[in-house]
Amino acid sequence: MTSDLFFQFLFAGITYGIMYGIVAIGFNIIYNTTGIINFAQGEFVMLGGMLSISLLTVLPLPLAIAGAVLITMLIGALIEIVFIRWLESPSVLRLIIITIGISILIRELALHIWGESVRSLPYFYGNEITSIELGGVRISPQVLWVLGVCSIVVAALSVFFKVTPLGREMRACSANRKAAILCGINTRNMVTFSFMLSAGIGALAGCVMSPITYTQYDSGTALAIKGFTVAILGGLGNSIGAVAAGLLLGCLEAFSVSVVPLAFQDAISIAILLVILFVKPHGIFGSSEAARLKEF
Amino acid sequence: MKNMFSKAVLVVAAMGLLAVPVISAAQDAKEAIKVGAVLAVTGPASFLGGPEARTLEMLADEVNAKGGISGHKIDLIIKDSGANPEKAISFTKQLIEEEKVFAILGPSTSGETMKIKKIVEEGKTPLISCAAAEVIVNPVAKYVFKTPQKDSYAVKKIYGEIKNLGLSKIAVVAGNTGFGKAGKGQLLKIAPEFGLEVVAAETYDKKSTDLSALVAKLMAKKDIQAVVNWSIVPAQAIIAKNMRQAGWDVPLFQSHGFGNIKYVEAAGAAAEGIIFPAGRLLIADTLADSDPQKQVLIKYKADYEGKYKETVSTFGGHAYDAFMLLAQAIEAAGADKEKVRDALENIKNYPGTGGVFSFSAEDHNGLGMDAFVMLTVKDGKFVSYQGK
Repeated sequence: MTSDLFFQFLFAGITYGIMYGIVAIGFNIIYNTTGIINFAQGEFVMLGGMLSISLLTVLPLPLAIAGAVLITMLIGALIEIVFIRWLESPSVLRLIIITIGISILIRELALHIWGESVRSLPYFYGNEITSIELGGVRISPQVLWVLGVCSIVVAALSVFFKVTPLGREMRACSANRKAAILCGINTRNMVTFSFMLSAGIGALAGCVMSPITYTQYDSGTALAIKGFTVAILGGLGNSIGAVAAGLLLGCLEAFSVSVVPLAFQDAISIAILLVILFVKPHGIFGSSEAARLKEF
Repeated sequence: MKNMFSKAVLVVAAMGLLAVPVISAAQDAKEAIKVGAVLAVTGPASFLGGPEARTLEMLADEVNAKGGISGHKIDLIIKDSGANPEKAISFTKQLIEEEKVFAILGPSTSGETMKIKKIVEEGKTPLISCAAAEVIVNPVAKYVFKTPQKDSYAVKKIYGEIKNLGLSKIAVVAGNTGFGKAGKGQLLKIAPEFGLEVVAAETYDKKSTDLSALVAKLMAKKDIQAVVNWSIVPAQAIIAKNMRQAGWDVPLFQSHGFGNIKYVEAAGAAAEGIIFPAGRLLIADTLADSDPQKQVLIKYKADYEGKYKETVSTFGGHAYDAFMLLAQAIEAAGADKEKVRDALENIKNYPGTGGVFSFSAEDHNGLGMDAFVMLTVKDGKFVSYQGK
């Protein structure tokens, strides 16, 4: 393999990986405060893309994206308040089924609102054929946008959880809910807030990815499956781990194409994933001790 | 008082007399004909089933407003299979056994059609499929017809053009749908007839969101002179984007599944110069007035776009043809399943949206290679392809 080809595959892998990673981060935020997996996470991504495309008809691009993120955050909060908040210590299984139900509901609503057609935002810079040459390798500027936005989100999140009082309260809520309540933290509000945050991040991801992947009413499902895989691979709850695992899976998929027919791409990535999970069931970057303390 | 009462009775009786002719007129109208349709209105093939269902609804309303086909109103029952073959099977059984439909239109995809072929044969119910794969009518099944052009003709049309351009080494890529698999088979089979060498053949997942790794792999093979993509999924826009972003400018050919302006919009600047075979619907405005299809194409386009405010696609046209052919056969043979089947087989020189149909006992597609024209994309629009 020539070095040019190597880098071309590498960039393809990074493109896939970042997208998986950013979806996985959404899973992690809710998992960290509630201990549940929100299977409607992929739908937040789809909603972000769809809402921004609709808003673009009346607003300029940055405002349309901001609007889409805000609306999706409200939807996230609404979902938590309507479906989750009033449950008295529900089991993990029940929450999973509820979130799967929500994801089907959102998908069907989106089908009625936006129809079955494929839509996309315009490229933020240049158009469909613009590419930037980086040392003999050509990539779309949109990939750099996705990379940039993802890096900012990860950095901002770690600062948020480490430094701000709200972030610390959310972490406390995840570490020990009873102790958090005793310290005067309103844990219910923390859960609502975590839904808003992860909905917002999902929507933002949906906006920056839309020019590359397109948005369709059911495009959230496939992303959620890959994102969930990556979240587990990186160790549930670990945002940096999620990005690293995303990049790993993305590169595995991209490089597997160079040796075997493309049709085996998913088979190879999932097979490697299974092996890793057999050897390290708590993910590559997750700690087994922390995992033992969690319900799920 | 009594007098008044008897007067009232008289009035009522008179009204009853007046009403009698009305009632008997209603009885005179012939029994409605139930036509079933199994279409992928939602799901991965919704871009086929959506326009198809809308087209059928439009046609059924139009025909019923005119008083039906020789007095028979059409009772259209559309079932949404979501492109799921299992659902298509159960809906087909339901339509035949419970609804006792007269004929079935659809399904939208080749995979579904192949699954229900046997069921309609056993149910002796005519089926007019809106799916493209040649295997649907080859070998011929007695009750199975289809309106889209054959994929082998599309392949030959594409290969002819590649030869005209003086190219000989090509890459074949296809989606993992029934349409993609059937098309890939035809592409590989027919290539030697045209002296073409398939240097690489790849299949991708129908839900792919980025194909840049595949493009990198193909680009590394320097001798590839053209790429032929065969799919009905958004991936046909994605492959165009990824190729042009990578700076690879070999000609890109697509199947007749590219006949939806939405893919051109989705691929934007990357769609420019894509070459593909399609029916004449997409360039209806530019056809000569003497063209036998022009009238029907202009009418369908105007009706559909006027009613649904969206651009017409060839897929909806397949449903249009299916409905109109059935209507034609019912008009000729009356409300008798067997006779209608025979009448379908005897339709000759019928101009539809996909081409001019001439069916026979051996040919249940009825279209020749001339049903296709080569199109390309210029300034975001479909125009006819004029060679180099």
